[in-house]
Amino acid sequence: MKATTSTQTGKHCLIELKGVNKVYGKGPAAMHALQGIDLRIGQGEFVAVMGPSGSGKSTCMNILGCLDTPSSGVFLFEGIDVGKLSRDQRALLRRHYLGFVFQGFNLLNRTSALENVELPLIYRGMPAGERRVRALQALEAVGLTGWETHTPGELSGGQQQRVAIARAIVTNPKVLLADEPTGNLDSARSREIMDVLAAFNSERGITIAMVTHDADIAVYAKRIIRFFDGSIDSEEEKPGFA
Amino acid sequence: MFSETILLSLREIRRNLMRSSLTILGIVIGVAAVITMVTLGRGATAQVASDIAKLGTNLLQVRPGQDRRGPGGTHSTGDMFKAKDAEAIAQEIFGLSAVAPIASQTIQSIYGNENWSTTVTGSTNAYLKVSNWLLESGRQFTEGELRSGKAVCILGTTVRNKLFGGQNPIGATIRLGKLSCNVIGVLNSKGQSSFGTDRDDFVLIPLRMLQRRITGNPDVSRILVSAQDGVSTRKVEQDIEQLMRERRHISPGKDDDFHVRDMQELISTMTGTTRVLTGLLGAVAAVSLLVGGIGIMNIMLVSVTERTREIGIRLAIGALERDVLMQFLVEAVVLSSFGGVIGVLLGIAAAAIGATVLAVPFVFDPVIIVIAFVFSAAVGVVFGYFPARQAGQMDPIEALRYE
Repeated sequence: MKATTSTQTGKHCLIELKGVNKVYGKGPAAMHALQGIDLRIGQGEFVAVMGPSGSGKSTCMNILGCLDTPSSGVFLFEGIDVGKLSRDQRALLRRHYLGFVFQGFNLLNRTSALENVELPLIYRGMPAGERRVRALQALEAVGLTGWETHTPGELSGGQQQRVAIARAIVTNPKVLLADEPTGNLDSARSREIMDVLAAFNSERGITIAMVTHDADIAVYAKRIIRFFDGSIDSEEEKPGFA
Repeated sequence: MFSETILLSLREIRRNLMRSSLTILGIVIGVAAVITMVTLGRGATAQVASDIAKLGTNLLQVRPGQDRRGPGGTHSTGDMFKAKDAEAIAQEIFGLSAVAPIASQTIQSIYGNENWSTTVTGSTNAYLKVSNWLLESGRQFTEGELRSGKAVCILGTTVRNKLFGGQNPIGATIRLGKLSCNVIGVLNSKGQSSFGTDRDDFVLIPLRMLQRRITGNPDVSRILVSAQDGVSTRKVEQDIEQLMRERRHISPGKDDDFHVRDMQELISTMTGTTRVLTGLLGAVAAVSLLVGGIGIMNIMLVSVTERTREIGIRLAIGALERDVLMQFLVEAVVLSSFGGVIGVLLGIAAAAIGATVLAVPFVFDPVIIVIAFVFSAAVGVVFGYFPARQAGQMDPIEALRYE
């Protein structure tokens, strides 16, 4: 999986969707979740994807996360046509280049914060000692030093989401995909989480693609893409963020 | 990576300790049953072999009929022997210490108000010698008694106890069927054989008496021959075969209509029975292992469903299908191996107790333990594979959405 460089936008183009369609089901009952999506996300961007429920934003995120493949059209990740990869190849792509943050946190229950963060490193085959150091650093970066041995059940929602973020960034991914990362949190906790994400974007240059329907959250992004009925309705470039 | 998987599975098992214990119960019982059955069976086999060997390894048995392998030595064809055959063997074959012609019949023995159904064995004093019987009291037959077929008898202790209780039977007259018979001796007790038959339950009478007054024919159903020490039983066996072929006029090229077996063969025949039985019991026990395997599959399927979300998380962050498959497969194998280890310990304990109770030697066989353990692990692989594959093939999106 060698990365190729695209300089069409003048920016290093990491993700490129060209005429992507996603259809669920067949015949008259077919549901067109995505229709002709063209989208480019460059290295280091912070993109928020907005739209009402059923507008296709989550489907789009699943495709960007290599969890799903387009029914037609092309999804290039660093120039690689993801649609042509096998299931295992896509898993490897996720393992090495992607990090996920979910609305429901999706941490392993009854497993300590530290071990949750170590999990992606295990699949990378990293030795235990190095893994531990990296995981501790990641937890420190999200401000959870001292909470390493706590299990998700012993942590607040905001803390759980920080653990999830630590798990996502511990591998130094190229892209962090966040699906409603603040959906289960109150506004104060949400702002904390967004500050953490924004910091990783600006300080480490991790590309972030985030789904949200909360305008207050979307303002943290540098670019907002609005979905409506399976298509991109509008794009809005922001000069900066708070 | 692999050690991580094992640690992970151990932790998962510990989390559901109650359920895991119940799951492996089937394997525990299966393995324990296999080991107990096989160990006890081998003990019984060893017991039989040593019992027969006690008779003396220089013993040979000649029976009419073709040699058919299997317990009891069937003799469907071939004429019965006569007393003359035994005499011929005694006279013409070198290196023998005793030759005993034997015929027998089941009969009612009566003394006073007591009666007891027993086996009446007709033979000579040589029978006492070849079978290592010693007289507890009284005397052997005289030459005259044997020649004339006089109505005298020597009792086994069981018959003595049944008919006489604590009384001294020597000189008493008992009835065998309709015959009156004078008791001249009592044998020492040998107790039960390893087949559970009572070896003391018989009455020895002169062969000629049995033939003339009980069976009414001159047949001898078998001849026991004991070779002198240092004489090859192989050689004696061949000599007897040669002699009997001549006497029975079997033309060259035709099969024998009788057979000669030495004790080694007898041991292998007799132990063959218990060996088959051991195998059978082991096989039945192995079925419970199979059932245990199904139990494991059942629980692994439940576990996979319960942990759908976890599987989704693992797949999303980059676990390959085979990583997840391995995780669940290892868990199943670790579970069943635990069951195997516990089953082995339990089986050894049960076999040791059983051996004491049944009074058979405890034959510890590491091979069967290794086999039982490997088999239990294999059960984990076989029955864990299907649930594990299901886990590996999950769609991460669906799995993450699972509540």
